[in-house]
Amino acid sequence: MIGYAARRLLLMIPMLFGIIVLVFLMLNVIGGDQALVLLGQEGTPEQLEALRRELLLDQPLTVQFAAYIGKLAQGDLGYSLFQSQSVLEAVSGRLGATLELAIVALLIAILIGVPLGILAAVRHGRASDIFAMLFAQLGISMPVFWMGILLMFLFAVTLDWLPAIGRGEPLLVAIVDLFRGNPAVLLDSLAHLALPAITLGVGAAAIISRLVRSAMLDTLSLDFVRTAYAKGLGPARVTLAHVLRNALLPVVSMIGLRFGALLGGAVLTEGIFGWPGLGQLSVAAINQRDIPLIQGVVLTFALMFALVNLIVDLAYAAIDPRIRYD
Amino acid sequence: MKRLLRNPSLLIGGTIVVIIVLLAIAAPWVTTYQLEDMDMRNRFSLPSAEHWLGTDNFGRDLWTRLLYGARISIGVAVVSVGLAAIIGTLVGLAAGYFGGLFDLIVMRIVDVFLGFPPLIMALTVVAALGPGVTNLMIALTAVFWTEYARVVRAITLSQREIDYVAAAQAVGASWARILVVHILPNCLGPITVLATLGIGTAIVAESGLSFLGIGVEPPTPTWGWTLSYGMRFLRADPWMSTIAGLCIMLTVLGFNLFGDGLRDLLDPRRITSGRRGRRGAIAE
Repeated sequence: MIGYAARRLLLMIPMLFGIIVLVFLMLNVIGGDQALVLLGQEGTPEQLEALRRELLLDQPLTVQFAAYIGKLAQGDLGYSLFQSQSVLEAVSGRLGATLELAIVALLIAILIGVPLGILAAVRHGRASDIFAMLFAQLGISMPVFWMGILLMFLFAVTLDWLPAIGRGEPLLVAIVDLFRGNPAVLLDSLAHLALPAITLGVGAAAIISRLVRSAMLDTLSLDFVRTAYAKGLGPARVTLAHVLRNALLPVVSMIGLRFGALLGGAVLTEGIFGWPGLGQLSVAAINQRDIPLIQGVVLTFALMFALVNLIVDLAYAAIDPRIRYD
Repeated sequence: MKRLLRNPSLLIGGTIVVIIVLLAIAAPWVTTYQLEDMDMRNRFSLPSAEHWLGTDNFGRDLWTRLLYGARISIGVAVVSVGLAAIIGTLVGLAAGYFGGLFDLIVMRIVDVFLGFPPLIMALTVVAALGPGVTNLMIALTAVFWTEYARVVRAITLSQREIDYVAAAQAVGASWARILVVHILPNCLGPITVLATLGIGTAIVAESGLSFLGIGVEPPTPTWGWTLSYGMRFLRADPWMSTIAGLCIMLTVLGFNLFGDGLRDLLDPRRITSGRRGRRGAIAE
């Protein structure tokens, strides 16, 4: 297991390096002149020249890249052109909000998607199966931003049950407050989190339910299921203890891949609900053409995605020893 | 025909797709308004005989704007998915057939592209190139080509080992002929399914980027932009956003159902077993 983990970790390095190269090339070669972006049209040619020298833009690309990698290795992501803070500060200030949103949405997706998929598979071909798959098809086809707007219109604008935009205290802080005897903070955090997290979670739930259903159906037809019934086990025990355990394996590995879509969805969801996370930061950075900041945000997203896939792969190998010997 | 009737996804999805595509093509003939025609007395109106889908904040006819928007949304999706399919197929065929170092390098590049969450990849490309229809298509192509490369490479790898390829080589067929005449036809089914499902995803991605204000720029009436612009008037007039979102959803639903149906049709194992089987390389 340790050998597998080490190999898996090593494989991540060239991929992350490739991502760094690609992002650097895209943003620095085709992305335009940062000095011009920073000074605008008012800059004199001398000022532009000085700034280009300062930003190393007058150097060959290889020198620029070497300087960039050298700083990156020290955890220096550069300085934002417009936010008057370092990229690292800007990103780390927003990371928590995005992670909180994505993780809660994933939990919601699993809590809805897995039981729905089981139900559909067990009652295959019957009304509940058709209903569940209809829900899944609609959930997949519904753009996350439209879902967000509909939920906002219903629960925030019309019924006025939940706040439409913004974020309460971070969930972890709120939970600590709860133990200090102050439940109001947690309630406020949850109220703010509810609509964005449900918006993001429902689409993922639809996909998970389809995966679970299809994996369950595949597993249900295997020989060991018949053996289990022949042993005299009841349907509930066979379904939950035998079939589900085997069917969930492929689902677990897919959830890692789906996390990428979830992060993309988070950008849109943050835009609708004014959730102060990395998504909002990236859109603002793109609109201002703040190249260092865009670079930092994109790399952070890619790193999160890679880490989640790493965790999922390791968990998968821990559950299923066959994987390690592939 | 019987097979078609037993495949409701294909039938319903196909019908939705055909109707929407025909309406988009026939836009100038199915509406009497111009895109920018304003009717200030009828701002924010609900559907009526005069304005079938109501009007926006300038009293512009939403039916007209959504029809023309369909041209952009579907057009962008079809072109970018088509480009991605062509690039991915060529790369996949070459990598699978020639193998070796070329294959290794290509697959590592594919891994790098797959290392980005899809929407983040598109955002990065748009950030580099700037907004606009062409750049958006390039961005979406950059997101989608890897799927085709991987699937086509896998098929090519398995086909290469089958005797008929050795036979073709023995009678002196060139590698180009073997790839195009013998191996490519085996890839067309999965490519078609992937592309159909991909168009739905591309429509959502395009409208998502336009929604964020970094996709197609106004005044082009894309669905995503209409939806996002309508959000400003959500309290007073939720209709504009609702109908634009409904258009996107219906179109995507059509392409998804059609793609699912095609997959069932092209994968006979699943028809005979009467259930959804292993999804393999295609799939979610």
